[in-house]
Amino acid sequence: MDLDLTPEQEDFRAEARAWLAAHVPEVPPRSLETREGFAEHRAWERTLAADRWSAVTWPEEYGGRGRSLLEWLLFEEEYHAAGAPARVSQNGVCLLAPALFAHGTEEQRARLLPPMASGATVWAQAWSEPEAGSDLASLRSVAVRERGGWLLRGQKTWSSRAAFADRAFGLFRSHADPGRPPHHGLTYAMFPLDAPGVTVRPLGRLDGRPAFAEIFLDDVFVPDADVLGEPGRGWRVAMSTAGDERGLTLRSPGRFLAAARRLVALWRATADPDDTALCDRVADVAVRARAYQLYGYGVAARLEAGGTLGSEPSMSKLFWSELDLALHGTALDLLGPYGELAGTAADAPEGGRWADGYTFALAGPLYAGTNEIQRDIVAERVLGLPRGMR
Amino acid sequence: MRFLPDAEQNAFAHSLDRMLAAAGTPGAVRAWARGEHGPGLALWRRLAEAGVLGLAVPEAYGGVGPLPVELAVAYERLGRHAVPGPVVETAAVAALLSHLAAAGEPGPAEEWLPGVCAGGTRVTLTLPAGGPYALDADVCDGVFVVREGMTGEEGDGAAGVPGDGASGAASGTGRTHLGGAPGDGARTEGTHAGVRPGDGTRMDRTRAGAAPVRERAPLAAPPVRLFLAGGHGPVQSSVDPARRLARPVLGEEVPLPESAVRAAAAHAAGWAAFACAAQALGVGSALLERTVAYVRTRTQFGSPVGAFQAVKHRLADTRTALEFARPLVHGAAVALAAGAPGAAAEVAAAKATACDVAYAAARTALQLHGAIGYTAEYDLSLWIGKARALRSAWGSPADFRALALHLFFE
Ligand SMILES: Cc1cc2nc3c(=O)[nH]c(=O)nc-3n(C[C@H](O)[C@H](O)[C@H](O)COP(=O)(O)OP(=O)(O)OC[C@H]3O[C@@H](n4cnc5c(N)ncnc54)[C@H](O)[C@@H]3O)c2cc1C
Repeated sequence: MDLDLTPEQEDFRAEARAWLAAHVPEVPPRSLETREGFAEHRAWERTLAADRWSAVTWPEEYGGRGRSLLEWLLFEEEYHAAGAPARVSQNGVCLLAPALFAHGTEEQRARLLPPMASGATVWAQAWSEPEAGSDLASLRSVAVRERGGWLLRGQKTWSSRAAFADRAFGLFRSHADPGRPPHHGLTYAMFPLDAPGVTVRPLGRLDGRPAFAEIFLDDVFVPDADVLGEPGRGWRVAMSTAGDERGLTLRSPGRFLAAARRLVALWRATADPDDTALCDRVADVAVRARAYQLYGYGVAARLEAGGTLGSEPSMSKLFWSELDLALHGTALDLLGPYGELAGTAADAPEGGRWADGYTFALAGPLYAGTNEIQRDIVAERVLGLPRGMR
Repeated sequence: MRFLPDAEQNAFAHSLDRMLAAAGTPGAVRAWARGEHGPGLALWRRLAEAGVLGLAVPEAYGGVGPLPVELAVAYERLGRHAVPGPVVETAAVAALLSHLAAAGEPGPAEEWLPGVCAGGTRVTLTLPAGGPYALDADVCDGVFVVREGMTGEEGDGAAGVPGDGASGAASGTGRTHLGGAPGDGARTEGTHAGVRPGDGTRMDRTRAGAAPVRERAPLAAPPVRLFLAGGHGPVQSSVDPARRLARPVLGEEVPLPESAVRAAAAHAAGWAAFACAAQALGVGSALLERTVAYVRTRTQFGSPVGAFQAVKHRLADTRTALEFARPLVHGAAVALAAGAPGAAAEVAAAKATACDVAYAAARTALQLHGAIGYTAEYDLSLWIGKARALRSAWGSPADFRALALHLFFE
């Protein structure tokens, strides 16, 4: 057991660091949750893609570098340490792309992946519905067969970034399967957010910014070419990427290492060292960030050796979402009377980074499957305990 | 002994509940956040009619107080309905000015407090124990500023030791009270200057500055002075949309004996913390009530989510925490009413606990509502933001905890 990098991995890390040092904008782009900020983040994706940094694990033919998970973890550490912008293309790269690799056709991959890598197409995930949150399989939006494709009808909600994104992927009930469990008969379809029949209503999150949106679908035509996997078998396609949504790839250790470093710096600059309770909290965050980093290295090694993840991403999700809350909650306490300022306030410390980070962290235990559901999964699928009343 | 609100106090609480529920405070809060104060001020007039604004004001100045028990009961209701405006600050100004009056300086009390009780005059303040912002300065007629230091400029007061606790009021200087070794304090200033990134303003005066000043004993503690603001800086938004914060711009000094101002400021800080604790209790209760109602009706997997044990347990924990926070708030009220020497510690215990409970209740409420709780347009967000804001109002949780330890100091 060791933590040594090969010379090639060291080179890769150094190359990433040098590139980031030369390219990360000095003035960070504006908030992702504004039209202008969204455009600035999109431009950053183009910059990344131009030198093949936007999806390093993808095969080269689609704009990637064919790198391993371990190398991606290293890249992420460098990326966040450099203070590089948030990834507007994350839904596509983290959620849709793995499904395309596993279930898509060659035509779909060739058509959809390169513009995803370059930020030319930004994707939104349209799974949740007003009545189908944790119980996603109970969704009611439908796909009705039409010549050469499907007509989508219904309502989706809480779709992150849909306010400004280009396309969305979602699940729709296409086959009435009376008597069978509700996750049968679903179809995974992709559609443009400006297609005829689509209405997008932005929703303000806690701080009022339109971080997500409702999507109303009124007979939106989707050609067969934009159905992913077999019609009626969409649940399997969607669930094959649920691990990607929850685990390491959604929120990499590098993100928390960089934030923990900033927290320690804030503590050193502002706190009373005699306040041992705060000191303990800061130290706890630092230790947890390190634990997550090492855990990630272990996962990468296991996958490299041919292992699989199973339900493990549920534990990652619990860990990173609680860590994010502890990290930002501690920061706000360190900021004393400035901790209550909204991210948009002129006086907000560090341009509102801590305030915005806290707001965002509050959602961590909710999205990508709530933490209550993840705990059930760990108890039942990892520990093998009897299934509860769900 | 009868450690319970009496029938009259309960009736007062219920009448406030009815009045505030009928008034539709969420709409008033949203308007207030936009700087449209009309609906909120209409609410204020009704609070004045109900006597709420005079609860900390002695009869000599138009009030009915000081009545800390009634204030605890009423302010819990204000929190429960998310009433906008400087409610805590109104009580603190009343405590400040009436304490000055009792020390032989009745001028400011006579000038301001009758109007405050009647509802026509609105006041707010900053104290050394709190942050640099005056809440709702843009809608107030009088913005009182208590500053430490020679010039009265922000950050001038290096010491941040308002009062020494002997006056019986929380001053938010818990660490100082605990008497950390002065040598440690010197290190504190050297390596941990409490400076806010950006403008060099002290972020945490009480900790960063206190001990070093003690060490430089020959220097007297900097003077504490009272000013009326001549204006205010731009409004800074808080995570609680109802809280409009602004830095006061110093106006004329109210010429008063320094020792009287110092003692009154410490007294006012205690009342601010106390009123804030009562308000936080109401915020926590509202978060719980709304969440219980929601999980009864929200169905997933063919069952109300409130039937899932994970959901039930979090709500039961929230209820239990509130159950044990309320006696602390009421205990602080009794101590204040009696002028007990230990009142500062009682207030601190109440403030630390009630604000912690409200903060935890907000996390639970958000989590159990799911995504809808995360939206600004859903009213729950008003209480979620307020719980976070009250946590750091008038001193840090650590400051109040340190002060609360005095409960068991001989
Ligand atoms: C910031 C944010 C971004 C999001 N982005 C997207 C997106 O891009 N695309 C998308 O499709 N969706 C998105 N979502 C929606 C997210 O997937 C849902 O919020 C989540 O699935 C939970 O559903 P719900 O909000 O309806 O809560 P509910 O399912 O109604 O849950 C309410 C509460 O009940 C609990 N609960 C439910 N069932 C059980 C059970 N069996 N046992 C114990 N407790 C239970 C939950 O844990 C929760 O605490 C986003 C949500 C947020 C907050």
